[in-house]
Amino acid sequence: MSDFVSDFWNLYVVAIVLGSILFCVILLVVQGKATFTPGKTMGHVWDETLEEYNNPMPKWWSWMFIITVVFAFVYLALYPGLGNFKGMLGWTSAGEHKREVEKMDAAVKPLFDKYMAMDLKAVAADKTAMEMGKRLYLTYCMQCHGADARGAKGFPNLTDADWLYGGEPEQIKETIANGRMGVMPPHAQLGGDTIKDVANFVRSLSGLPNDATRAAKGKEAFTSAGCVGCHGPEGKGMHAVGAPNLTDKVWLYGSSEAVITETITNGRQNQMPAWKEFLGDAKVHLLSAYVLSLSQGK
Amino acid sequence: MSGTQTTYNDKVVRQFAVMTVIWGIVGMLVGVIIAAQLVWPELNFGPWLHFGRLRPLHTNAVIFAFGGCALFATSYWCVQRTSHARLWGGPLIPFTFWGWQLIIVLAAVTLPLGITSGKEYAELEWPIDLLITAVWVSYALVFFGTIAVRKVSHIYVANWFFGAFIIAVALLHIVNSMAMPVTLTKSYSMYSGVQDAMIQWWYGHNAVGFFLTAGFLGMMYYFVPKQAGRPVYSYRLSVVHFWALIFTYMWAGPHHLHYTALPDWTQSVGMLFSLILLAPSWGGMINGIMTLSGAWHKLRDDPVLKFLITSLSFYGMSTFEGPMMSIKTVNALSHYTDWTVGHVHSGALGWVAMVSIGSIYYLLPRLFGKSEMYSTKLVTAHFWIATIGTVLYIASMWIAGVMQGLMWRAVNADGTLAYSFVESVKGSYPFWAIRWLGGVLFLSGMLIMAYNMFKTMAGGKTQDMPVIAPAGHHA
Repeated sequence: MSDFVSDFWNLYVVAIVLGSILFCVILLVVQGKATFTPGKTMGHVWDETLEEYNNPMPKWWSWMFIITVVFAFVYLALYPGLGNFKGMLGWTSAGEHKREVEKMDAAVKPLFDKYMAMDLKAVAADKTAMEMGKRLYLTYCMQCHGADARGAKGFPNLTDADWLYGGEPEQIKETIANGRMGVMPPHAQLGGDTIKDVANFVRSLSGLPNDATRAAKGKEAFTSAGCVGCHGPEGKGMHAVGAPNLTDKVWLYGSSEAVITETITNGRQNQMPAWKEFLGDAKVHLLSAYVLSLSQGK
Repeated sequence: MSGTQTTYNDKVVRQFAVMTVIWGIVGMLVGVIIAAQLVWPELNFGPWLHFGRLRPLHTNAVIFAFGGCALFATSYWCVQRTSHARLWGGPLIPFTFWGWQLIIVLAAVTLPLGITSGKEYAELEWPIDLLITAVWVSYALVFFGTIAVRKVSHIYVANWFFGAFIIAVALLHIVNSMAMPVTLTKSYSMYSGVQDAMIQWWYGHNAVGFFLTAGFLGMMYYFVPKQAGRPVYSYRLSVVHFWALIFTYMWAGPHHLHYTALPDWTQSVGMLFSLILLAPSWGGMINGIMTLSGAWHKLRDDPVLKFLITSLSFYGMSTFEGPMMSIKTVNALSHYTDWTVGHVHSGALGWVAMVSIGSIYYLLPRLFGKSEMYSTKLVTAHFWIATIGTVLYIASMWIAGVMQGLMWRAVNADGTLAYSFVESVKGSYPFWAIRWLGGVLFLSGMLIMAYNMFKTMAGGKTQDMPVIAPAGHHA
């Protein structure tokens, strides 16, 4: 595609670029032909003492100037520069990038192919593969999940045994490859008082201090308001929809009554991006194995 | 004015010369603070004193407050004496001084408050931009008005450079600052996307080319031959390098946008004109340094000449480094690293600051009715401290920059990055500490200069000097 809206601008660029370089050459040649009287001044005096010698320009300097100009003309013939003219080499920055990526992909393909052929548990047990996985993790994942993979508020800890969408190898791979959309719907319609009751009930599920009277009322609301639909009758959550287990000590947003109230009232929206398109199957495979390895034995 | 004799207007030169030293200290102090913040991030206190807001304050203060005042002072001194006429312009002259000081104060208030247009080296919001335009047009009127009433037919070479600097900066400032105001403190650029980036760097690089190069070459062409007591080396060289410099600089901006969304042809043109710039840039260095040929011994005991000649050496070095860095394959390594910061400072400390300091040392005794500075020893001390500071600064940034560039591009056998970004940050700490030390030294030199300046000013008589008749004329 042309970079110009009309051919005028193409010609304008060509004319100005060539004209400017030629101007430098003409300037150098014309001024170089002046009559020089080395060691003598031009005959003008300013401010009592300011004078100028009529010395020629240093030869080496003029040659340096000419060399840069010649280089410019050659470069403009070979590479894009003169408007729409693509240059004799047909070079583009997009093409150069593509070639570099292809070269690197070809160089690393055998290594990745080897691990693609192994199942995730076997890859997770391979020392070299896990070194590669860790580097991929530190490049693409640490921004959200942290350098130690312990997560942060809203970003799950990957080193524990608790999983929103399941910790089986294929479930982890699915999460990385296609991403996840986590939605806790808002329940402001329940009213502040009921929400407080439910919050106390939720805290009671994992043994956190709570107001027993409110918790008892909250238990009823937990069922009637539809919480059980996702979190289950016992509040143990559901991997199919990414609903957290409310009975353990793991909290994505925090466990205080205020935070839980906030979660119930306004809901939560969360997203794990899909990486398959960007990273390709082989890197997703290695990353899945690495994430799997992080929680093994826990 | 005494009787019938016309005098030079040195009051405005005096004002700008003193403020050069004051703003130099302020701007470099902010530089030292942000250098310290990189080494000790705990020093980022609240939003107002955060690195992100102090960094533009530093650049604006050193370029436009320190460098700007130095250019005003020296151009006003030079244009009067080489035109053999008193400064033209009446009330416009004090307006340029007070207007420029007001702009600097407004910058020092608005930038820490976070009021910014977000354009590098042009962060000030639109009301201040309008004030800059008014002051700059007045400056042009005063300067060219004085040229118009000159008593000699030939215009001295220093004034070509000062004139080109004034015209180009007006053009750059007006085009780049075009914006749609929303409120008194917020506006949106008239350009968008890659066009905005291109306009920004057309401005940004020509701010270097015309504000920080052409203007200071004007300074060099007056003060080097004056202090050396020798004629300029080659008139023809000055003709060629002047026209070639102002012609090619205008095109070099795209080298700031290599490997971006900028079209390939634009990147090529930017790179080629940057390479062609090497010879025109060196023309100025040659003309300055060769002016001293036959009088090298003067360098031994004249610290002002030391400042001027050293500044030309740094100018030659950074104008060699610049074209090299504009080559795309070199830029692929150097871009976004501290190498760029080091390159800028070899120009800013080594060239711009040193030539200004040398010129101001030349002016101060003459402006305050003294035969020499209060202490020449302190000028010499300033020279050595500034030189060591500059070398520490640029050497540490070279090493840090090349290290960062190599770490960012290093890959493992599996194609993954060998280092995370934060590892390159960690590796940079020792060099940032050395850079901070270099900055502290340079700032210390400015404090010595301020002491020396106030001692020189004390008890001095500020008598205006009579306009000298051109050679061959009798007053």
